[in-house]
Amino acid sequence: MDIPRHWRLKKQRYALVGEVCGHCDTKVFPPRDICPACGEEAKTLYQFSGRGEVYSYTTVYEAPAGFEEGAPYTIAMVRLAEGPLVTAQLTDLEEKRVEIGMPVEMVTRKLRNATDERGMLVYGYKFRPVVAVP
Amino acid sequence: MADMEKLLKPEHPVGIVGYGAYVPRYRLPASEVARIWTDGTGGLPIKEKSVPGLDEDVVTMSVEAARNALLRAGIPPTEIRAVWVGSESHPYAVKPTSTIVAEAIGAVPNTQAADWEFACKAGTEAMVAAMGLVGSGMARYAMAIGMDTAQGRPGDALEYTAGAGGAAFILGLEEDSLAVIEASYSYVTDTPDFWRRADQKYPEHGHRFTGEPAYFHHIVSAAEAVMEATGTKAEDYQYAVFHQPNAKFPQRAGQMLGFMPEQIETGLLVQDIGNTYSGAAIIGLTAILDIAKPGDRILMTSFGSGAGSDSMVIRVTERIDASRGKAPTTQEYITRRTEIDYAQYVRMRGKLTMK
Amino acid sequence: MNEVVIAGVGQTAVGEHWDVSLRELAFAAMEAARADAGGLKPQALYVGNMLGAALSRQSHLATLLVDFAGLQGVEALTIEAAGASGGAALRQGYLAVASGAVDVALVLGVEKMSDQTVSSVEAAAATGTDADYEAEHGLTLTAQAALLMRRYLHEFSPPPFALAGFPVTAHANGAGNKYAMFQKAIKPETYQKAGYVSEPLNMFDVAPSADGAAGVVLANPAILPEDFGHRRVRVAGSSLVTDTLALHDRPDPLAFHAARLSIERACAQAGLSPADVDLFELFDAYSIYAALSLEAAGLAERGQGWQWAQNGALTLTGKMPIATLGGLKARGNPGGATGVYQAVEATLQLRGQAGGNQVEGARTALIQCLGGPASTAATHVLAAGSDPA
Repeated sequence: MDIPRHWRLKKQRYALVGEVCGHCDTKVFPPRDICPACGEEAKTLYQFSGRGEVYSYTTVYEAPAGFEEGAPYTIAMVRLAEGPLVTAQLTDLEEKRVEIGMPVEMVTRKLRNATDERGMLVYGYKFRPVVAVP
Repeated sequence: MADMEKLLKPEHPVGIVGYGAYVPRYRLPASEVARIWTDGTGGLPIKEKSVPGLDEDVVTMSVEAARNALLRAGIPPTEIRAVWVGSESHPYAVKPTSTIVAEAIGAVPNTQAADWEFACKAGTEAMVAAMGLVGSGMARYAMAIGMDTAQGRPGDALEYTAGAGGAAFILGLEEDSLAVIEASYSYVTDTPDFWRRADQKYPEHGHRFTGEPAYFHHIVSAAEAVMEATGTKAEDYQYAVFHQPNAKFPQRAGQMLGFMPEQIETGLLVQDIGNTYSGAAIIGLTAILDIAKPGDRILMTSFGSGAGSDSMVIRVTERIDASRGKAPTTQEYITRRTEIDYAQYVRMRGKLTMK
Repeated sequence: MNEVVIAGVGQTAVGEHWDVSLRELAFAAMEAARADAGGLKPQALYVGNMLGAALSRQSHLATLLVDFAGLQGVEALTIEAAGASGGAALRQGYLAVASGAVDVALVLGVEKMSDQTVSSVEAAAATGTDADYEAEHGLTLTAQAALLMRRYLHEFSPPPFALAGFPVTAHANGAGNKYAMFQKAIKPETYQKAGYVSEPLNMFDVAPSADGAAGVVLANPAILPEDFGHRRVRVAGSSLVTDTLALHDRPDPLAFHAARLSIERACAQAGLSPADVDLFELFDAYSIYAALSLEAAGLAERGQGWQWAQNGALTLTGKMPIATLGGLKARGNPGGATGVYQAVEATLQLRGQAGGNQVEGARTALIQCLGGPASTAATHVLAAGSDPA
């Protein structure tokens, strides 16, 4: 069930908490403690806005084990407003044709549908078309 | 007990500093349930109900409502000292929804967290408790959520209406509030109108017992008491919102209390999203807050089977105008809509046997 | 460093070998390679394998294989670098011989895919991506290739079906290879009518995962007998380069940076440029990877790799033959064995033993296999040397 593995990633998974480089202000996600831009230490936590746009996307029909109940699902690379690119599923897509460049926002959802009814639920970020721009 | 003594009165006046709604995007028309189970004959209690997506549950829905409440409150999540989630469809039987929600919104670790259960009034029960925590001075802010992905046995009357959705509120002191809770009163008895035994998937209900001795008795008793204690009458309110298991019950309760249809229509969402259980009365309140003007007074009365009602007198303040535009409105969630058929519903609600 | 030659090659057919186990499959290729090398006894075994632990519940594979082959006592270890495992094992064998640590090394690539269901294989293969930030979100290797292809089409707007030439070429060549999984040519129209696997990837853009094992015996030419029977094929260049593991961590996901560097280094060592080689066994697990590999080799400008797939430039008689015995697309994609199959096939070409698929006069070959979207790239240049005396 990988309990510790999911547990220690909860901040990143639930809310897109990454890091910011104190030297060059580059925003880092996933966190890696070293700034990919300037190579300095980047350990300050940074809450991403969750806004971004679709960089590329596709649909998975033959899902890997553990993801079958959600298939078919759409997976994308999303360019976050703060810079980094992330891989995540798109959700709530019905009637919405996905396009490269489409604005999306982060939501926290179940990452996989627990086929094991006794197991732990794994929640994490997905992206969906923006509901309303306040 | 004298009327004034009945009120639950905090030491310091308390109000709502932020609110947020959530409704999943899928809709099952009641006619679809009728098509499968009654050959399409018979009346329909509502137009359609909301259905959560495959990747949604009370945790994910609560997180979104909580984030909306935070956006409107404009406070750092670390200042929230309680995250309380009322629901009868917590994903875990043991392990709190509230800790996951608190973690996701960044309210941990200096916070209370617990799940509340009182059928459909768990959300307002959490609100009353949050009033106490803030009103006593123990906490500056406390969050109360009512959220459900309600269950109905296939073919049962409840299947037409058992919807999904709810709302989150951040309670704080009067001066920070976009709406002040002027008075609160709760009326509770042991009444077995509806229940779900431990380990059972679907609830049982008392058919006609659901109405008079349960819903109407508790709603009317609670609402009358709070109105008497505050010396208010129906015409003193711009809006009233009641627990809404179907369209008829809240309309009739309103009538019994002297409210006109136009006072209750804004908060009456059941036709479009179904009965959201712990979320039902409070999501109606969010729809009202989305359009109410400073000075407007709202009567909200929940009902939970088993049974009890919480009734609150709420007055909108000047702060509402600056706050409400910071998150999607309840109607925006309602109009974001994808209709599904019964087959898709069966798959999405896990009623399809895979093993 | 010592010169290194490929003294023997062997392979099994690629396909679904229901009746053969992981060890039996490996053993068949080991025996074939050793026999082809005239019975040279290896002092070390390097095994390229990516999914044995997940799909056959077998780790510690190299030790099992020396044991099963009766070679107990020799140095042996397994090399894992996802789809580049075979090329990575070849590089380890090359380094061992070149360094003088051993005179003869056996490099084996083996993969046993067919013991598990498709969903299990997909999940196991996806562990080669970033497990926490890619696989946990439901990403598969195929979906990753589809993401790249979608972006490629978006940025460079090639004409419809521009990548068809890659699988069409591979299948035409697979028809002449008795070890290939698919020995049947396909028409461009067949490609155009194919259903999607993950849009915009259709079923002919994806090489089929299958079982297979291939081996090469590497030797210091100084120890070869006077009467050694094959044309000597030299490992003229060897390089392994890595990039970010996760695709999303790259400044430009469409640049196969590790593939480019790896080719540059291997070619520099061999003293030639990619345009000079007589054939290029590239990593066509997905058509889009073939296009990106040609760009990485500097044979096409960025965004123009698809142009090679037009007008027969990649056929056996074209300007740059690829997938000369079917490539991953038609021969099949035997996972971590791929890089060793490429070495076997290129050796056959350079010896002049490729039969009907022979690239006339082939003297040099570039072979490259990739782990993920070129997260690891292992590249070798093979060159024909002197003929038997």
